[in-house]
Amino acid sequence: MEIDRTKPYPLINALECKSCGRCVVACPKGVLSIGKQLNPRGYRAVVYAGTGCIGCASCFYTCPEPYALEIHIPKK
Amino acid sequence: MQEKVIRTQGIYPEFPRKGPSPAPSATHYCPGCGHGVIHKLIAEALADANLQDRTIVISPVGCAVFAYYYFDAGNIQVAHGRAPAVATGVSRATDQIVLAYQGDGDLASIGLNETLQAANRGEKICVFFVNNTVYGMTGGQMAPTTLVGEKTVTCPDGRDPLTQGYPLHMCELISSLKAPVFVERVSVSDIAHIRKARAAIRKAIDIQREGKGYCFIEVLSPCPTNLGKASATDNVKWINEQMEKEFPLGNFRDLTATAETIVRPASDFSKDTLDRLFHLDELAETAQDNDASFRPVQVKIAGFGGQGVLSLGTMLSQAAQLAGKQTSWYPSYGPEQRGGTSNCSVHISTQPIGSPVVYNPDLLVAMNRPSLEKFKHDVRPGGVIMYDAIMGEVDIPEGVKGVAVPAQQLADEAGNERGANTIMFGVMLALGITGLPESAFKDALAAAFAKKPKLIPINVAVLDHAARWVRENVR
Repeated sequence: MEIDRTKPYPLINALECKSCGRCVVACPKGVLSIGKQLNPRGYRAVVYAGTGCIGCASCFYTCPEPYALEIHIPKK
Repeated sequence: MQEKVIRTQGIYPEFPRKGPSPAPSATHYCPGCGHGVIHKLIAEALADANLQDRTIVISPVGCAVFAYYYFDAGNIQVAHGRAPAVATGVSRATDQIVLAYQGDGDLASIGLNETLQAANRGEKICVFFVNNTVYGMTGGQMAPTTLVGEKTVTCPDGRDPLTQGYPLHMCELISSLKAPVFVERVSVSDIAHIRKARAAIRKAIDIQREGKGYCFIEVLSPCPTNLGKASATDNVKWINEQMEKEFPLGNFRDLTATAETIVRPASDFSKDTLDRLFHLDELAETAQDNDASFRPVQVKIAGFGGQGVLSLGTMLSQAAQLAGKQTSWYPSYGPEQRGGTSNCSVHISTQPIGSPVVYNPDLLVAMNRPSLEKFKHDVRPGGVIMYDAIMGEVDIPEGVKGVAVPAQQLADEAGNERGANTIMFGVMLALGITGLPESAFKDALAAAFAKKPKLIPINVAVLDHAARWVRENVR
């Protein structure tokens, strides 16, 4: 799935995601979901819909993992 | 394209815990655990304030025991519940910012005393209290903060106040004390709460940067593993609806506007200060005696309180010191009433003394019969027991020399009815058991009575009288 990098977007480190689902609940736009693929550690990592992120960082702050998720916001 | 990136700061890039890991920068916490969320908020606040290099984070016992793998700051991991005690030590001994990070079992159960005492002293520390109502690491036992009716493995029918009491409210307890500067209860249930928690954490760190005193931040946090909630949504709901009802969020204390930077006097453990404190600076310098032929002497002195048992020991120890020997004096009061038996142990040597305990004395001075009976069999073969003749018939173990000293009578004769112990001191001198010179004994007497100089000649007369008695009566 292509990510629109002209708009804010979350970068998900699938290897570190534990599939707790907190970010899915926190996202105000509903653009995060639990994926279908298992990561090498056996968790269904969260995936981004590819568009719709507003860069609010709610997912980042609610994620318990330091490096599973980061938010990229293009400078205008 | 240029980008702004929101990412974790203040946390080590990797957590090399146990050998190679498929994900070396993933935490050891369970999925959905609140600890990681709180770690990120604290670490970010430290990084933003540029305080990582002057902060010590104290890791607890509990799930967060490995917090030191994560915080890119100074780290200490301490015994169960003792974070505020260690934090106090670090804070008093250094100018570092000190953060204690603890869970509910660690802080509110085993460490409750330390928690309240440190708060009451207004230590310059910030305590982060992660409250998830359950013992996580050990497998979900009831915590002091477990809600009424909440099921855990140790209250499987739900917490019953009749047998297990009520949840402990730490913010309320802490804010009943005078010293704390900032006390707030926050939650990391969902993003709206996390943003408020973030603000409180940053404020507490700011207060620490300014050294204004004690902060306590309680964080209501999910334990998805032990609370058995099915989904992230259920965890949010449970904290917002159940926990918050018992533990209302909000600020309980904020004195930041009026609180001033705490400046405590610097600790001074220099040798000069300690010498002054213990009056060691008043002692004349003596050359260290390294005479290899000197045979170490161990003395036990025992009797009723009030017979001068302990002071006889200090005089002997001081005589040894004045003669340039290594010495130790070690009192044992026992739990007895005043006037009960007491004893002290004295070592005299040219070598450093390892333990001040005396098991097998070369000399036992027994001022009463119970002391004689208690210690006489400990005396080394060839050793000496000096005992007060007032005891009458006594059995002295074979191979040990007994000297019955009419101490009280001799003291009376010498004109000092309270000088029985000085008589024993003189007999000790005259028998030559300690190997110390007469001058050391007299100097020690002078030092012992330095605050009452009138008593010095009287006691020297007692000492001389005792020595005379030995010459005339002891073979």
